[in-house]
Amino acid sequence: MGRRLALFLLLAPAVLWIGLLVILPHVEIAILSFSQRVAARVYTFGFANYLEFLAEPVYWRTFARTALLSILVTLITLVISFPVALYIAKFARGKSKPVLFLLCLIPFWASELVRTLGWMMLLRETGILSHFLQAIGVIGRPVEFLYNDGALVLGLVYGGMLFMIVPLTNALESLETAQIEAGYDLGGSHLTVLRRIIIPHAMPGIVAGSIVVFMLTVGNFVTPVMLGGKNGLWFTEQIYSQFITRFNWPQGSAFGFMLLLLSTVIVWIGLRLTGQGFSETLRRS
Amino acid sequence: MSQVADLALLGVTKDFGGHKAVNDVSFEVAPGEFFSILGPSGCGKTTLMRMIAGFEHPSAGDIVIRGQSMLGVPANRRPVNMVFQSLALFPMMTVGENVGYGLACAGISKAEAGPRITRILDKVGLGGFADRPVTRLSGGQRQRVAIARCLVLEPTLVLLDEPLGALDLKLREHMKLELKQLQAAFNTTFVYITHDQSEALVMSNRVAVMNHGRFEQVGSPRELYHHPATSFVAGFVGDTNIFSGEVTGARAAGIGIRLSTDVELAGSGSASGQAKAYLRPEAVALAGSVSELSALPNRFAGTVSTVLFDGAASTLVIRADKFPMLRATLPQAGPLAGIEAGAPIAFGFTAEALKVFSARGV
Amino acid sequence: MKRRSFMIRSVALAALLAASGAQAAEKLRLLTWADYTPKEVVDAFTKETGIEVEITVSNNEEMISKLRATQGAGFDLAQPSQDRITGPQAEFGIYKPLDLSKLDTKLFIGSMLEATKKNTTLEGKVYGLPHIWGTDGLVVNTKAAPGVKDYLDLCGAEVAGKASLRAKRPTLIAFAFAMGMDPFAAYGNEKSYGEMMEKVGAKLTECKKNLKFFWEGKDALLAGLRAGEVTAAMAWDTGGWKLNGETPEIKFIAPKSGALGWVDTFAIPAKGRNDDAAYKWINFNMRPDVAAKVAASAGNFTASAGADKLAAGKLKDQFAESFPQAAIDNIKWYPAVPAGLEAIEGKILDKVKAAN
Repeated sequence: MGRRLALFLLLAPAVLWIGLLVILPHVEIAILSFSQRVAARVYTFGFANYLEFLAEPVYWRTFARTALLSILVTLITLVISFPVALYIAKFARGKSKPVLFLLCLIPFWASELVRTLGWMMLLRETGILSHFLQAIGVIGRPVEFLYNDGALVLGLVYGGMLFMIVPLTNALESLETAQIEAGYDLGGSHLTVLRRIIIPHAMPGIVAGSIVVFMLTVGNFVTPVMLGGKNGLWFTEQIYSQFITRFNWPQGSAFGFMLLLLSTVIVWIGLRLTGQGFSETLRRS
Repeated sequence: MSQVADLALLGVTKDFGGHKAVNDVSFEVAPGEFFSILGPSGCGKTTLMRMIAGFEHPSAGDIVIRGQSMLGVPANRRPVNMVFQSLALFPMMTVGENVGYGLACAGISKAEAGPRITRILDKVGLGGFADRPVTRLSGGQRQRVAIARCLVLEPTLVLLDEPLGALDLKLREHMKLELKQLQAAFNTTFVYITHDQSEALVMSNRVAVMNHGRFEQVGSPRELYHHPATSFVAGFVGDTNIFSGEVTGARAAGIGIRLSTDVELAGSGSASGQAKAYLRPEAVALAGSVSELSALPNRFAGTVSTVLFDGAASTLVIRADKFPMLRATLPQAGPLAGIEAGAPIAFGFTAEALKVFSARGV
Repeated sequence: MKRRSFMIRSVALAALLAASGAQAAEKLRLLTWADYTPKEVVDAFTKETGIEVEITVSNNEEMISKLRATQGAGFDLAQPSQDRITGPQAEFGIYKPLDLSKLDTKLFIGSMLEATKKNTTLEGKVYGLPHIWGTDGLVVNTKAAPGVKDYLDLCGAEVAGKASLRAKRPTLIAFAFAMGMDPFAAYGNEKSYGEMMEKVGAKLTECKKNLKFFWEGKDALLAGLRAGEVTAAMAWDTGGWKLNGETPEIKFIAPKSGALGWVDTFAIPAKGRNDDAAYKWINFNMRPDVAAKVAASAGNFTASAGADKLAAGKLKDQFAESFPQAAIDNIKWYPAVPAGLEAIEGKILDKVKAAN
């Protein structure tokens, strides 16, 4: 009896935390997403919000676009971060290791907003890149590099890199250098060593990093709004506009649930494809 | 040597920012030979081995394998395979995949590789283990996978970097024999590096003793043991008593040396001035009284200070007037076998047994 | 050690919150627009009444969303535009009726007060009073884009890649007028309004390639105009006049199809806790001397009677240049938006934004 009480007291904060801050809001949003407006201040239960999502091409196109671009961003982040993490974990010696890690961390001392504004200053028509390219004669007149999918992907990859580099570096640090050497010694090329020894070892880090980067990207709001500009919406913008500019909370809730579903399904597919268990990934990363 | 050496090093030097880890080393290893490089940690033997494997590049000199210079040849193109100190098995692969890795790299088809893997695993005593994950093997079995992984590629040369270091004593003794037998069975040239003189002496055809980046002496285990060329070799190889003193001059047989405890001994060697003298415990003859040792130029009376019983390797610690503490092997057969601490004892040794080298700050 | 100092700070913070809660009666929580509360005016109010003013800067949509989330709590006074009161009030009940007896109605310009009262009346109760008014029109760099005279000119070749708009409802309304339709007349009929908006949406989608970006914050737009990245935009008169002060060739132009007239109001949230302070703030703000200061800060005009005589001469001149009498007569004043239209407009805007 006493032990039960102790266990209960021990778990109470966690249960309260999850219950009040995670489950309760989600339940509320779930209920809200199934209510549809009949007249002013009159709502009934119904699937209208989800049907609206399916019926209106604008919504599911934005949804698909967000999903595909997020996967692309995750892959690019992985491809760029992997050599960086490999270098930090296996090749940097002595003091350069923490210094390199710190360099990766420094951009994250500024808020996302400031970082994105930094990109805007670089890429805008009267910005640094445009001026520089004009100065060296590559382009004849100012060119706008902002407000397109390229700038959007760039900003999102930049924002995701740290969250990829940290788990990758952790995973790669535990790889014994002798194993890489053995891979070469037994006749392996760079590609073979990478494919058969380094990547399999780093797999838990790759999966953990990809999940985090994907979730952050899909749920990002500031970067798509600021760098994507007039061309193409991000799904979070749809949710924002439903809640804030249209006062249509039920529709926004339904969109929110679709986004949750999207993240869950894609993470599940990712784990399946790489043959990683979710709990194992969490444990090892 | 009539045929081309499997491995030849010609004046190889490795300079790490002013520190010469390997300093002008030259040697040859004949086909089928078990060659060991023995030295204390930090002597440069690992660097030397990594240069042969291709992970480091010599600052000067050449490494030649079967007549081919290896300068500029990357590690994955050298006919050399290495058994790492940690073994470095690939943990996410099975035994069979570990062994097959090198074959796949060499572009050998699965159909051809399969039988070769089976054959080599049978030969190292791991028949039927192909599908087992390497993480579920005992220490000795892992050792054998590491060796099979190299041998399956039929390399000119197998390098072994203290592979027995991580094993417990009993297994290590067992693996020494097994390695020797494997090497004989495959007739592959082995280059083995170790700091453990017993491993080197037991397994090798020839041993190079390395210190401060240089080879002190290269020879058969017996030569090294009985005829050390340098003070370092005399001290490092085998168990020994070490005395310091000063050479007094040439004698009829060998040279005289006066120890710091003010006793003069007859020894062998060509040293002068300050010197060190080395005496093996088993070269000390023991007797009940000094008169029984009249044939020996050096003989003394003393008392047994301690008996260190270790079966066939039992020793006595003997104290005598004007003589430094001395350890002597106690034969477990004969009249003295049951001697106890405090008993009087006489001891002596030939001039030949006392190796004298000039002290040069070793 | 760290833990303890964290606890001490938490306790201190809690104490501070409790203390500030105790003083709540002497505080006015104001939900308003940028530049409507110059420090000078706030300080004078606090000095005179002892009431502290806590300011939250926002816009129409966020004001409604914030109040909706709390069902009208968290603020004691809000300043939505007059056309955005009755719709959300019918839908969400976020305001309380005003007690006109507590106001000094003589301080207001009579016609403007009556018009606003009419527009913000729901079920016989008045919810809004006029405060600041101004127009939406075109801000144009007249040197770089001399041909821009109406909203549709933003889609012309002269400003290709250098035009800007807000992805908000005023843009839809403006384009509808410019395309020769009358959206205000269609307010009562959701179907015909929807069809009209479809046409406007198609036009905007076609026009999108001409745009630099959809502007969100006024500052970003002004920065673009200053840098020359944007040469013509649909924007508020105040922004145009501000830039005109710095760069004479940038001007605010009343478009041919009519500038859009807006009035920002005072409205009291349903669960406001300090109505007295709210009425005091309204009366204080409508005094001609105070209203003139606020108008100067906002760069717009005030509904306070007599304040215009105190307004800065520069603003008067700029107004005169931008608004000849015909343009004044042509200003389209927003009628109240019926509930439900925002959903139609929002969907059109989503489509425009998502189009590539």
